[in-house]
Amino acid sequence: MEEPKIGVFICHCGTNIAGTVDIDEVREFAAGLPGVVSARDYKFTCSEPGQLQIKEDVKNLGLNRVVVAACSPRMHEITFRKAVAEVGLNPYLLQIANIREQDSWVHKNGSTEKAKALIRAAVQRANLLESLERREVPVTPSVLVVGGGIAGIQAALNIANANHKVYLVEREPSIGGRMIQLDKTFPTLDCSSCILTPKMAAVGSHPNIELMTYSEVEDVSGYIGNFKVKVRKKPRYVDSELCTGCGICIEKCPWKTDSEFDMGLGKRKAVYTPFPQAVPNVPVIDPDVCVYFEKGTCRACEKFCPPGAIAWDQKEETVELEVGAIIVATGYDLLDPSPLTQYGYKRLDNVITSLEFERMCSATGPTGGELVLKDGSAPQSVAIIHCVGSRDKNYCEYCSRVCCMYALKYSHLIGEKTDADVYQLYIDMRCYGKGFEEFYKRLSDEGVNFVRGKVAQVTDQVAGEEEQGKLVVVTEDTLLGRMLRIPVDMVILCPAMVARADADEVARRFLINRGADGFFLERHPKLEPVATASDGVFVVGCAQGPKDIPDTVAQASAGAAEALSLIDRGTVEIEAATAVVDEEMCSGCKICLALCPYNAITFDEEKKLANVNDILCKGCGVCVAACPSAAITGRHFTDKQIFAEIDGLLADVKPPLVAV
Amino acid sequence: MPKLWPWAQGKTETKAEAKVEAEAEKKAESEQKSGRPSMAKPKMALYWAASCGGCEIAVVRLYEKILDVANTFEIVLWPCVMDFKYKDVEALPDKSILITLFNGAIRNSEQEHMARMLREKSQVLVAYGACAHIGGIPGLGNVSNRQDIFERAYRETPSTVNEEGTYPQLSFQVPEGELTLPEFYDTVRALDQVVPVDYYIPGCPPTKHQTEAVVEAVIAAVTEGAELPPAGSVIGASTKTVCDDCPRIREEKSIKAIYRPYQIIPDPEKCLLDQGILCAGPATRGGCEAPCPQVNMPCIGCYGPSPGAMDQGAKLLSAVTSNIDSRDPEEIERILGGIPDSIAAFYMFGLPASLLHRIRLERGAAREAEAAAKGAQ
Repeated sequence: MEEPKIGVFICHCGTNIAGTVDIDEVREFAAGLPGVVSARDYKFTCSEPGQLQIKEDVKNLGLNRVVVAACSPRMHEITFRKAVAEVGLNPYLLQIANIREQDSWVHKNGSTEKAKALIRAAVQRANLLESLERREVPVTPSVLVVGGGIAGIQAALNIANANHKVYLVEREPSIGGRMIQLDKTFPTLDCSSCILTPKMAAVGSHPNIELMTYSEVEDVSGYIGNFKVKVRKKPRYVDSELCTGCGICIEKCPWKTDSEFDMGLGKRKAVYTPFPQAVPNVPVIDPDVCVYFEKGTCRACEKFCPPGAIAWDQKEETVELEVGAIIVATGYDLLDPSPLTQYGYKRLDNVITSLEFERMCSATGPTGGELVLKDGSAPQSVAIIHCVGSRDKNYCEYCSRVCCMYALKYSHLIGEKTDADVYQLYIDMRCYGKGFEEFYKRLSDEGVNFVRGKVAQVTDQVAGEEEQGKLVVVTEDTLLGRMLRIPVDMVILCPAMVARADADEVARRFLINRGADGFFLERHPKLEPVATASDGVFVVGCAQGPKDIPDTVAQASAGAAEALSLIDRGTVEIEAATAVVDEEMCSGCKICLALCPYNAITFDEEKKLANVNDILCKGCGVCVAACPSAAITGRHFTDKQIFAEIDGLLADVKPPLVAV
Repeated sequence: MPKLWPWAQGKTETKAEAKVEAEAEKKAESEQKSGRPSMAKPKMALYWAASCGGCEIAVVRLYEKILDVANTFEIVLWPCVMDFKYKDVEALPDKSILITLFNGAIRNSEQEHMARMLREKSQVLVAYGACAHIGGIPGLGNVSNRQDIFERAYRETPSTVNEEGTYPQLSFQVPEGELTLPEFYDTVRALDQVVPVDYYIPGCPPTKHQTEAVVEAVIAAVTEGAELPPAGSVIGASTKTVCDDCPRIREEKSIKAIYRPYQIIPDPEKCLLDQGILCAGPATRGGCEAPCPQVNMPCIGCYGPSPGAMDQGAKLLSAVTSNIDSRDPEEIERILGGIPDSIAAFYMFGLPASLLHRIRLERGAAREAEAAAKGAQ
């Protein structure tokens, strides 16, 4: 190997680093390290002149290794790799010493000493770095969108309209998601289905969109630009090709169960579409309810179906897709408020959730749009409780962002349908969006009662005549500074929006991370809001965190744009820091085979050896760590490099008690 | 000529002498055959430190080949078999012994003294067997310390009666004079953690055919000037792992439960690890021809780590645990509960040579007091 000629470039990062680290001292220290031929500092090394400093030294001093002591490599490794590549140095001969996030930002004392240790570690590792060649591979110009709510619909249409193939996979029998369950939307009060169904229809008929409803993604393999996806299509028992969507089967079916779409408030048949405007308008037969699957009898649907579309022998099938990018738009769940026993959900009659209220208000809902109590009468008074589980350290610390606004909307809807008094029981009114504050003002003028305070309990234990037969909401009014008992007929809870119950499984399938709140984690909260830890996989809509419809649509379009810019480019550069098997040392124990998250390892039956596919490998190092015979090496992260780094870091540390 | 460790640099003349000696030896051999008296043969020493004696048996198990050894070498030390005095060896000039086979780990001051002395006297020092190579079974003592081991051995064991609380002392005055004992160390070390080592022959004990091969190679080097492998090599072993020698059929791993060998009757065709028996084969240097797995017993790792591996136990631990087939923390806990003793399971032989080396020794007052007491002795 050539004699290392290392240049060390120390960044002040304004005062971010220079504020606590003695740059002059560190520079002199770095200059004295073995192999270092030049050590320089600059106010902002990432800036144009800062990069120029590096490039000039590489050219003039013939540097063959560059150490940049600055911020996290997550921030600027790519910047500096590009800079050194421009003057002909292999980008893998660059080493970053993170003296900002891991030093100046977190230490008040000793940050200069730590900067020295980090730089010494980086220099020792730089000595052993090797050139690696990156390769470009073609991209499959199609996108998988997972989830057919408004986010998935918007993203799919954006991409399809740009003339790229989209596979839209939805778990339910129809697309539409949460939004199609809603009645009206704040703050404009336009009808949710009126604005959504045209988009749903557009998805259903778009030549570039292959809609796969009643299906789930089972397995994802491959890598950015070249994913292989297995989709499991559940049997509908109705032939989509033959079905005309006439609905006679649904009419004739004698078997009923609670409708999931109507949050259990109404019934559906064993053969059903979740709602009348379903896309595709092809019913499914629920084998858990249909008596044919239990006893082999009935077959009413089959007898009456005009085109003979009932297909009892349909089997589950798995379809394999190849896509270049994936957009995860799997949405959210509502927190089940029954564990918050103080609110009486499922314990007291007429305590309902927001989604139940939405269904009740809907003209196609279980009550035909009538707002009724359990006994069928109209409520005289309604309390709406905000922040049920949201902004509550026992459940969800975060704000669910939409409850204030939809609660205001409910006041309006209740006013339209009944003469009831409405009480808004809120902690803070958060009306931050476009037209939100105006809507708040408008509702205040409509005579809604606002009570600021967190509700202590909802009870049927009455105290006095006027509470007889009512639900009593017990709360403190923090503005009046006293306890209130408000007797009402109906209580609407606004539960927190939470990550889907199967978010963990989905995260694993798509190799994305989850935040502390359970939602999928974006790569950077500000600058990469839809990218994920997995290259080529994007996350949009409420799967990423609670948001309203306009934000969801905007984010979905952002995801579509990201996916488009990836697949439109035609090629993608793949990681060169991959794992490699030493054939002389591999004994074919097969320890590594099942571990590779990218399915990059195959077994050569002839040679009885494991083989790592360079293109599939992302260099995660799982197999490197697991290989019991050390036959697999992680390029750019060899044991030697890592130990050299550790030695450099700990050179000042006294060894522990030498025990004899 | 083999390249020797730095400590041996500048000793080339001795090596040259050795060659001269070797030639002389050849001559001597022919003289012997012709019935004339023998000239000086190259010297050989065999020593045992903290070991069980199995390595001695492994040498004796060369059977008739042992005669070739005796013909080629003049044995100057072999405490297990022949009567020599330490002082006679100490009196030899430095580097006058051509080769020393040293088995056993370093557990006390006598063993350390002998290791240093034999290093001085020998041109080629071979760590023979697992204990000298990587610490071996005695190395498991590194999960304890002298005090605890003494407590256990001289007081707590059910068969011990020690009402006076007598423990081994470094020296003791009796009317006849002073009696001394070697110092028992807190920590067991592999041979190369005490002195530089030229070659390693792994195994507990090294298998017969590997020992034979090594002896033949050394004899060939001595008698015919054949080249020896580069210094620092592990010899008498392969570069692959035990799995390479093992005829069992391996599949993708998915460990649902871990069994000790007595708990199940394993399928004789299938990989033991695939069946949930903790087999160290994948993390263990091969060359032994996998005798253990072939009789339904898992490899326990006596040949040490594979050539590139830094830490055999960590490698095995990582390999096994990453193939635990569960995502449920409780189930994982239950599966791993099948390993009765993790250190013994993963570091049965290699603890002293591993990155762990030993468990942390307390620096506390108790140890200082002990050190003070020792000083007073």
